[in-house]
Amino acid sequence: MTNPADFTLAEARDAVRAKKISSVELTKALLGAVEAARPLNAFVTKTPERALDMAKASDARIAKGEGGALEGLPLAIKDLFCTKGVRTTAGSNILSNFVPPYESTVTQNLWDAGAVMLGKTNMDEFAMGSSNETSHFGPVFNPWRSRSSNANLVPGGSSGGSAAAVSGSMCLAATGTDTGGSIRQPAAVAGIVGLKPTYGRCSRYGIVAFASSLDQAGPMTKTVRDAAILLRTMASVDPRDSTSVDTPVPDYETAVDGGVKGLRVGIPREYRVDGASPEIEALWTKGVEWLKAQGAEIVDVSLPHTKYALPTYYIVAPAEASSNLARYDGVRFGNRARDVRDITDLYEKSRAEGFGAEVQRRILIGTYVLSSGYYDAYYIRAQKLRSLIARDFAEAYKKCDVLLTPATPGPAFAVGSKSADPVAMYLNDVFTVTVNLAGLPAIAVPAGLTADGLPLGLQIIGKAFDEATVLRAGRAIEIAANFDAKPAQWWRGT
Amino acid sequence: MSVDKDTVRRIAKLARLALDEGRCEPMAQELNGIVAWMEQLNEVDVTGVAPMTSVVEQALKMRDDVVTEGGNADALMANAPGGEDHFFVVPKVVE
Repeated sequence: MTNPADFTLAEARDAVRAKKISSVELTKALLGAVEAARPLNAFVTKTPERALDMAKASDARIAKGEGGALEGLPLAIKDLFCTKGVRTTAGSNILSNFVPPYESTVTQNLWDAGAVMLGKTNMDEFAMGSSNETSHFGPVFNPWRSRSSNANLVPGGSSGGSAAAVSGSMCLAATGTDTGGSIRQPAAVAGIVGLKPTYGRCSRYGIVAFASSLDQAGPMTKTVRDAAILLRTMASVDPRDSTSVDTPVPDYETAVDGGVKGLRVGIPREYRVDGASPEIEALWTKGVEWLKAQGAEIVDVSLPHTKYALPTYYIVAPAEASSNLARYDGVRFGNRARDVRDITDLYEKSRAEGFGAEVQRRILIGTYVLSSGYYDAYYIRAQKLRSLIARDFAEAYKKCDVLLTPATPGPAFAVGSKSADPVAMYLNDVFTVTVNLAGLPAIAVPAGLTADGLPLGLQIIGKAFDEATVLRAGRAIEIAANFDAKPAQWWRGT
Repeated sequence: MSVDKDTVRRIAKLARLALDEGRCEPMAQELNGIVAWMEQLNEVDVTGVAPMTSVVEQALKMRDDVVTEGGNADALMANAPGGEDHFFVVPKVVE
């Protein structure tokens, strides 16, 4: 029998339903994998006792013939989702002792469907980063290593812990959040599937806020089918998030195998960027051939404002972050500085101690672009650019149904190799960030290995609330790529 | 436009972020690099373009103006670093 830790979410679901394996057996196998993978630092908080309690409760429900869509299936949760009674840090020192008295809507949906929580995954502090190196709890190591070196590689970010946990078979699937690429970029460099849904598809209630007009939760999984299964449960309309959209949640899983015959796939010419690796370019060309061979119609399209997406994002996102993070004042929750002179000193020192370097940098940029005299020049101009970027997509979708692009400009890089230059780090999100600015759904699917043995992904971008077609096209890539490589489990025995 | 040390001090104050004097100059340089990179947006003619206010076309939802939650002061205070009874404790604010 397959090691239960290697099951896909769909395989585990079917095995549990058929009573071939109990949730407790499955949970124990995954808790063992989590423990063995300690050197990867994928988890900030492990919850083995809670996991076993939840698994036992699931087995009891299954014995009675009951059970939800994810009954008894162990998942990892990004430490940005508030979990009642379980510490939630957002990867930050300022929340290192924060125990939420409430549950996020997305995680509540998962538990209501019978899922089991293994623990909370590591991440870039407040989801600000593309390498998981800004976490207060230390970097996460990618399960993948190149053929030519034993150097530790980053798992991407900000959902780096979730990506490593799925890729390293420490969980069946995980949740992530994506503000500028934080689901898709780590998924691509860790060789897994990551889906960012349309803005408003999943409730943001109880997710620690970074940039509220961009943040969206989504699934990180081993297969496209698994992403469809997990999204269906994560998505809901929620009175506690006024931006969650009251549109029926379809059964995405039935859509997955629909094929791409007759689907119009747009190839945006502006996504050929300087600095992308030749291997990415070659893979993208291969992706076009794969979809064409399965009956898709390939259309050249133009998204003329693509090059302005990153600088637009790095105005809008820090502006919103500087406002959202104003709540961390050392008074009501979170870190509080000692030995302070007065209330202002309390605020300033609590925040300086509590926030790491990248978060401080972004708060300062955000404060700068919103400050009197600069607001129109930066913030308002960026919001206008955002309108133009969204309009580019609307124009392209007159000619096509989905877009095919690379997911990242290159494979996973070595820990520490890009931390010195913030702008170089930001460029990792060049292919993903446009989607957040326009609120669209997109999926990253593993599509090949570099010559050095590292995974690369392709991205499918869809129309708003058309996740079903995104998944269908993603599945077509998955079938053609037949990506079955797994990282060598070098951490066992370290 | 360039960010100097005084600007860094001013925005750090606005952001209520204590910044050691020694960090102001390096931060000014970092922010300058980022701001210079943002300046490329000035190439684009945005005349007549409306700034985006909502990425999804939907009217803001309204609900009845009633209390939906409450009576959970204990839960609210559970994470307060200087909480006493049901009060947040801070340094003296009014002289």
